[in-house]
Amino acid sequence: MAQHQVEKYDGVSRLFHWLSAITVLAMFALGVWMVELDYYSQWYQKAPFVHKSVGLLLAAVTIGRLLWRLKAEHPEVEGKPVEVMAARTAHSMMYVLLFVLFVSGYLISTSDGRGIEVFGWFTVPGAGELFRDQSDIAGRVHYYAAFLLIGLVVVHVAAALKHHFFDKDNTLRKMIGISK
Amino acid sequence: MKKVILTSGLAVVLALPAVGWSADYQMDTSGAHSSVNFKVSHLGYGFIKGRFNEFTGSFSYDPSNLTASKVMVTVDTGSLDSNHAERDKHLRSSDFIDAREYPEATFVSTSVTSMAGGKLKIAGDLTLHGMTKPFTIDAEIIGEGNDPWGNYRAGFSGTGRIELADYGVKVMGSSSYVDLELYVEGIRQ
Repeated sequence: MAQHQVEKYDGVSRLFHWLSAITVLAMFALGVWMVELDYYSQWYQKAPFVHKSVGLLLAAVTIGRLLWRLKAEHPEVEGKPVEVMAARTAHSMMYVLLFVLFVSGYLISTSDGRGIEVFGWFTVPGAGELFRDQSDIAGRVHYYAAFLLIGLVVVHVAAALKHHFFDKDNTLRKMIGISK
Repeated sequence: MKKVILTSGLAVVLALPAVGWSADYQMDTSGAHSSVNFKVSHLGYGFIKGRFNEFTGSFSYDPSNLTASKVMVTVDTGSLDSNHAERDKHLRSSDFIDAREYPEATFVSTSVTSMAGGKLKIAGDLTLHGMTKPFTIDAEIIGEGNDPWGNYRAGFSGTGRIELADYGVKVMGSSSYVDLELYVEGIRQ
């Protein structure tokens, strides 16, 4: 990872990044909306079904993304040393929170031993109740982790825009693929 | 000496029914021979059955003096189990029984009335969702006697209807009430 010999992120890394970005924002909106649905809403079963399916697929994609990251050459993180450190910490935290969300989401739905159906294509088996009050605890973890992740996303976007418009460096361009 | 103890022991045992001695029983929860079940209508088309997996209870009972009987049960509301993780999480949430805020539900009998055919009316106070209201259980004696493992058991069944609004639980579905089905086996202490 990070050989610092390239100017921009490679196509696969950019695809992973933007696909994750769109999915995470959509999943957050879907998640916040679906838990308030009325029992008699026609979305009451469909929305969580889509949320769980997309979540498990994103988990697989994110594992692929991390494997790719090990192998792909990445451009340098730009900015002052403290900014570089903050950026690296934020990036790692976002990955950690993604996995906290994947695991906690899985634990909410599987404490009864049921698997999770992914768009009716296949079922990820359930592991049952691994600890007491699993669904309730996992539910709270999932909730707070989601808000924390979105908070970090906001900081991440703000930092990218600051680098782009104020520092006028390559930070945003190298993820779009148009580095100077 | 042995004989004296035996004889006096026998005398005490024989004297007991005459004074209306009430035996104390502990509900058999460790062997799961007692259960607190509920049944609620789903959309008016079917029923959901669930139970509370964790509770403790005791009762005192004397067949010759039924009205002196007493019952006490404490239910762990967080142990609600309707065999569906996501539904159970929702039912335990503040939308329904709010198990975090009100982790216990209790029933304490205040009077027991003996009815015809071995039936009992157990009146008492039910505390649920932080509210205490009078509650009646229609109970029936199933049987009593020695078990094969050295204990003495007495068993009852009971039913009762909880009107959700009485306990400040929002009515969301097609049914305003939940029916309780109780099966209790006590081991004499």
